[in-house]
Amino acid sequence: MELTKENILTLLEEVKDPEIPVLSLVDLGVITVVTISDEGHVTVNMTPTFAGCPAMDYMKKDVERTLDKYGITNHTVIMSFDQPWDSNKLSEKGRQHLKEFGLAPPPKYDLILDLDILEHVKCPYCDSENTDLRTPFGSTLCRSMHYCNDCRQMFEQFKPL
Amino acid sequence: MNELAIKDLLYKLADDQLILGHRNSEWTGFGPILEEDIAFSSMAQDKIGHSLAFYTLLQDLGEADPDTVAFTRNANQFHNSQLVELPNGEYDFSLIRHFLYDNAEIIRFEMLSQSSYEPIAKVATKLKGEVKYHVLHANTWIKNLGSSTEEAILRLQSSLTEAIPYALSMFEPSKFEQELIESSVYAGEEAVKAEWLKRIQAVIEKTDLKLPDLHTIEPKFGGRHGEHTEHLQPLLDEMAEVFKIDPTAEW
Repeated sequence: MELTKENILTLLEEVKDPEIPVLSLVDLGVITVVTISDEGHVTVNMTPTFAGCPAMDYMKKDVERTLDKYGITNHTVIMSFDQPWDSNKLSEKGRQHLKEFGLAPPPKYDLILDLDILEHVKCPYCDSENTDLRTPFGSTLCRSMHYCNDCRQMFEQFKPL
Repeated sequence: MNELAIKDLLYKLADDQLILGHRNSEWTGFGPILEEDIAFSSMAQDKIGHSLAFYTLLQDLGEADPDTVAFTRNANQFHNSQLVELPNGEYDFSLIRHFLYDNAEIIRFEMLSQSSYEPIAKVATKLKGEVKYHVLHANTWIKNLGSSTEEAILRLQSSLTEAIPYALSMFEPSKFEQELIESSVYAGEEAVKAEWLKRIQAVIEKTDLKLPDLHTIEPKFGGRHGEHTEHLQPLLDEMAEVFKIDPTAEW
């Protein structure tokens, strides 16, 4: 395999969010920069979704393990806030995977996030917008909890940030 | 740029988040309703993550690693305001403290996201989005409970009156204040306080609560330079209890 940025990103598609196993780190948007030096040293920059996310260290190690597995041992994985994560960085494919997983994807927003958008999140099961925010906190830091008044189910949303 | 001034600023940001994060975690398993248990536990996790981000910036400036800094200092080496170290009390007190604290914290982060010191600006840009949820949570509950039953209003009012002198201590100016303002690292405590007052008043006006006359209140200063209440050291002892059994353990 040729060492290119595209190939590295393809390999990293394999690394999933441990709490949302359908979502790759690439689609999640936490892989910010991949560089390859002239000497063939691969540097992967990552950034946390939430600063307190306990899975970030695991994800970092998973990236290192995956690179090793494909014989790319000359690497450095850096976690930083250089390009801070926001939920607009989730790819379209990632959003689709979230919905299939039963998690409402975060709505996209322009520049400034107004949390009023949490009030009527689209239900991932029946697509109704007749929903209520129950609490902005959920089973993990990146989820909020909602109730659908049409299909009468609780559901979670990947929070806009 | 004066490194001591930057370190002083980072320590107070990090220590506030760590100590309140620990207090919030004491609600885990004890929340009055399940959603509140989850909310305070989530905010605890966020805040401890925020303190880690700031301790990491301190490490980059030559301080010890985050675990050592968090778990091995004594109370008189902590720069947090006294507000965050007070025991949780009942839910009304925790809620009032959360409201007063997070409305100030988000302003700090908003201002710091414009800081001329780039590492702080990057971290603050990230964290202000997270704290938005903490502010939403606090303001929603204050608005709901602050105009609900007589008991709720009485309890919140009494907690507000008790917490205010400690809340004002969040804005104790540091000895580097002028320097930080002039170098555009930080807009300074007076600027944060003025904006904070506007925001908390806007929420309180929608309730049956009354903000005490702040001119008559003596702020409980001291926390920023290591003077603390008797409540901080026991908190630190408990927080570091496991770490101190074997500081070299790999987790």
